[in-house]
Amino acid sequence: MRNLVIGGVLVGLVVLAAVLSFFWTPFDPVKVDAAHRLLGFGGSNLFGTDKFGRDLLSQIMVGARTTLYVGVVAVGIAAVIGTPLGILAGMSPRWLGEFVMRVNDLVLAFPALLLAIMFGAVFGADTLTAMVAIGIATIPSFARIARSGTLQVMSTEFVLAARAGGRSRLTIAVRHVLPNISGLLIVQASVSFAIAVLAEAALSFLGFGTRPPTPSWGRMLQESQELLTVQPRLALVPGIAIAVAVLGFNLLGDGLRDRLDPRLAAKV
Amino acid sequence: MTLSVSGLTVASLVRDVSFEIGAGERVGLIGESGSGKSLTALSIMGLLPEELRASGSIRLGERELLEMSEKDLSRLRGDELAMVFQEPMTALNPAMRVGRQVTEPGRIHGRRRSADELLDAVGLPGTARAYPHQLSGGQRQRVVLAMALANEPSLLICDEPTTALDVTVQAQILTLIKSALSRESALLFITHDLAVVASVCERVLVMLDGEIVEAGSTREVLTSPKHEYTRKLLDASDLEARR
Repeated sequence: MRNLVIGGVLVGLVVLAAVLSFFWTPFDPVKVDAAHRLLGFGGSNLFGTDKFGRDLLSQIMVGARTTLYVGVVAVGIAAVIGTPLGILAGMSPRWLGEFVMRVNDLVLAFPALLLAIMFGAVFGADTLTAMVAIGIATIPSFARIARSGTLQVMSTEFVLAARAGGRSRLTIAVRHVLPNISGLLIVQASVSFAIAVLAEAALSFLGFGTRPPTPSWGRMLQESQELLTVQPRLALVPGIAIAVAVLGFNLLGDGLRDRLDPRLAAKV
Repeated sequence: MTLSVSGLTVASLVRDVSFEIGAGERVGLIGESGSGKSLTALSIMGLLPEELRASGSIRLGERELLEMSEKDLSRLRGDELAMVFQEPMTALNPAMRVGRQVTEPGRIHGRRRSADELLDAVGLPGTARAYPHQLSGGQRQRVVLAMALANEPSLLICDEPTTALDVTVQAQILTLIKSALSRESALLFITHDLAVVASVCERVLVMLDGEIVEAGSTREVLTSPKHEYTRKLLDASDLEARR
């Protein structure tokens, strides 16, 4: 329960920052202002400014959008493709299930970042290619979780009873399997979300993610590099933002798992 | 409708099993664990595990069930064929409200009866909005029974429906099965509890190591058993003591 609350608050902070940034930011996040560069904490700019005089807080707020956007799309792609694949693999005859899972392993063998860099090289580096690549690389983890959950559900008597009741495979998949593995999937989604956020930051850091001038936490980190010793603040601010988002989604996942696990929930 | 099974064989687990159940007849199938009782039931339902195949013949009325496609079979299941399983704790979907679960067989087979009506019939009024974990074992078994009886099946198979329940609840469930099952429906009642057989069934089949070793009216089999195994089974049970 504590995890759920802390996770919810942290994620809420990120979402709030992102939503608020559509209507209001303290300064224009991309406006270069040479007169006010490298201002420190406090003062007119709460988190100070970077080497071009851009307001850090405004960049963080707008960057939260990119972060969430990446997470939602990447996890969305992975869940929408991976979940049915996993359920299919769990419900079909053994040879077909094995085949799907071996193909799955093939995709799993590609590191997400490598795939994203490849995609970036082929389709041009920007946020969307990064998201799609991260999404594709995350499909296997959803398929795996969905399959193992499906196998478990398929071995229960209520599925046998459902079959004895004449229900079709599709009905069983949608009515009986999916609701009973949704807890697993939601947990997987929140963990994958955290991984996607990190991956986007890493890709932007490497120059394969979000293109300037769109603010991104990863690129803010990268730009802070050259001034790391003089102005550690520049790395600290986006670093903490990333940590907050990742920690938030991980805690949220843990909390949701405790809440949604039918065995645990039945005891409550 | 008559169910006639002849020469049913499943791997070496069920061997050359033949019997008939006429409309309205209540037949018990007894034997110890692993004797092939449940496999016989699953063969009739067409729900054998993937790696097992049944041979022989199972006819329901004019139809040969073993030759039916999965699609045709699933049309029969829950409509003319219904089954109640042993473990009421796991026989219901924990993520679905009870009312929705009992009406599902009706929805599939195009016969809509309300959840309240179905649940009333098994003595559980007002539970339609409950989730399975909010009900006791006996209540859940009633729900399972309501699902099985929803479409007034020609054949109801009960696979040890009372084994997981305590004795007083057992009696309630048995009474319910006897009263709720329509007169035209055939019943195949699998159990290893002879007292249960004595109270529910008119005829008994005794199974041992995948074969039917004795068959006859309940009175006959329980009072003057012919096969040695049946005698052992009787000796081991506390049927005499209970009488």
